[in-house]
Amino acid sequence: MKSLADLEAIRQKTFNKVNLRNESKDDTRIVVGMATCGIAAGARPVMQAFVEEINKRNLSDVYVSQTGCVGLCKYEPIVEVYAAGKEKVTYIKVSPEKVAKIVSEHIVNGKVVDEYTIGAVEK
Amino acid sequence: MKELSLNILDIAENSIAANASLVSICVTQDSHENLLSIVIADDGKGMDADFLKMVTDPFSTTRKTRKVGMGISLLKLIAEQSNGNLEIISEVGKGTTVKATFQYDHIDRPPLGSVEQTISVLVSCNLNVDFIYEHIFNDKRFKFDTREIKKILKETPMNNPDVILWVQEYIKEGIANITS
Ligand SMILES: Nc1ncnc2c1ncn2[C@@H]1O[C@H](COP(=O)(O)OP(=O)(O)OP(=O)(O)O)[C@@H](O)[C@H]1O
Ligand SMILES: [Mg+2]
Repeated sequence: MKSLADLEAIRQKTFNKVNLRNESKDDTRIVVGMATCGIAAGARPVMQAFVEEINKRNLSDVYVSQTGCVGLCKYEPIVEVYAAGKEKVTYIKVSPEKVAKIVSEHIVNGKVVDEYTIGAVEK
Repeated sequence: MKELSLNILDIAENSIAANASLVSICVTQDSHENLLSIVIADDGKGMDADFLKMVTDPFSTTRKTRKVGMGISLLKLIAEQSNGNLEIISEVGKGTTVKATFQYDHIDRPPLGSVEQTISVLVSCNLNVDFIYEHIFNDKRFKFDTREIKKILKETPMNNPDVILWVQEYIKEGIANITS
């Protein structure tokens, strides 16, 4: 059973981590489109897959976030990756199955998964 | 949408877009009345009476990226197909309350689905907004309030991966406890 008391332990754990970590300018932000078009196309399970991957791999400087409709409804679910010092990468028609590859190749190893990007489709 | 919890997420996103600072979501299952109701209330910027009249029409939107708004008209359609209805009360500068009702055992009523994932998306992606989730099952009640949680977490943010999974588990267990 989860209880509010667990939160104190989580707080303690992250507090120690934050103190160990040097300045966190190198955060990576994973932004999922959460307007009606995105939600209807499956944005929530995509975000869930990112949360689970981040947890499994213990990635402490990677965060999920959301945005609205970017006007590309037919390409939803859309995921944008903002890594420090790099250009934004836009992945389209993302599914939970694609998430593992995006995390292992791009988020962890810095290698963009070109075949899933908007550039690959618009060519 | 396959789950009502996805509609809840979608309607709550309207509250975020309206700059709400507190969003309260309440799901009530009443088996004596054979009723399911979903209420989403915010303290955002609200709508005036004229706009509110149009809002269940898919062509009314204030969004700029496309011409049609779908969220509210979609939920209205689902509610009506399940022998229920959709009602919106709104006041400029005060906030908005959206209430959808459904015949609980109607064959066309979608399942509620994963409320815990919906709430976790909302709380982890909108750090400056507070959320209340209440689930009422006949005379039993479960309540989740981020203001309480943030008091304990202090500087640890709600988008911390451990916190996100805790939120999901906590809500899932909380609902299971009162409904089983
Ligand atoms: N809680 C709210 N507070 C203030 N205005 C709202 C609220 N909910 C909806 N509105 C207004 O009603 C319009 C229609 O909402 P609806 O959810 O149907 O479509 P949308 O949000 O514009 O687009 P979509 O949901 O398809 O992404 C919105 O553009 C907004 O102007
Ligand atoms: Mg909407």
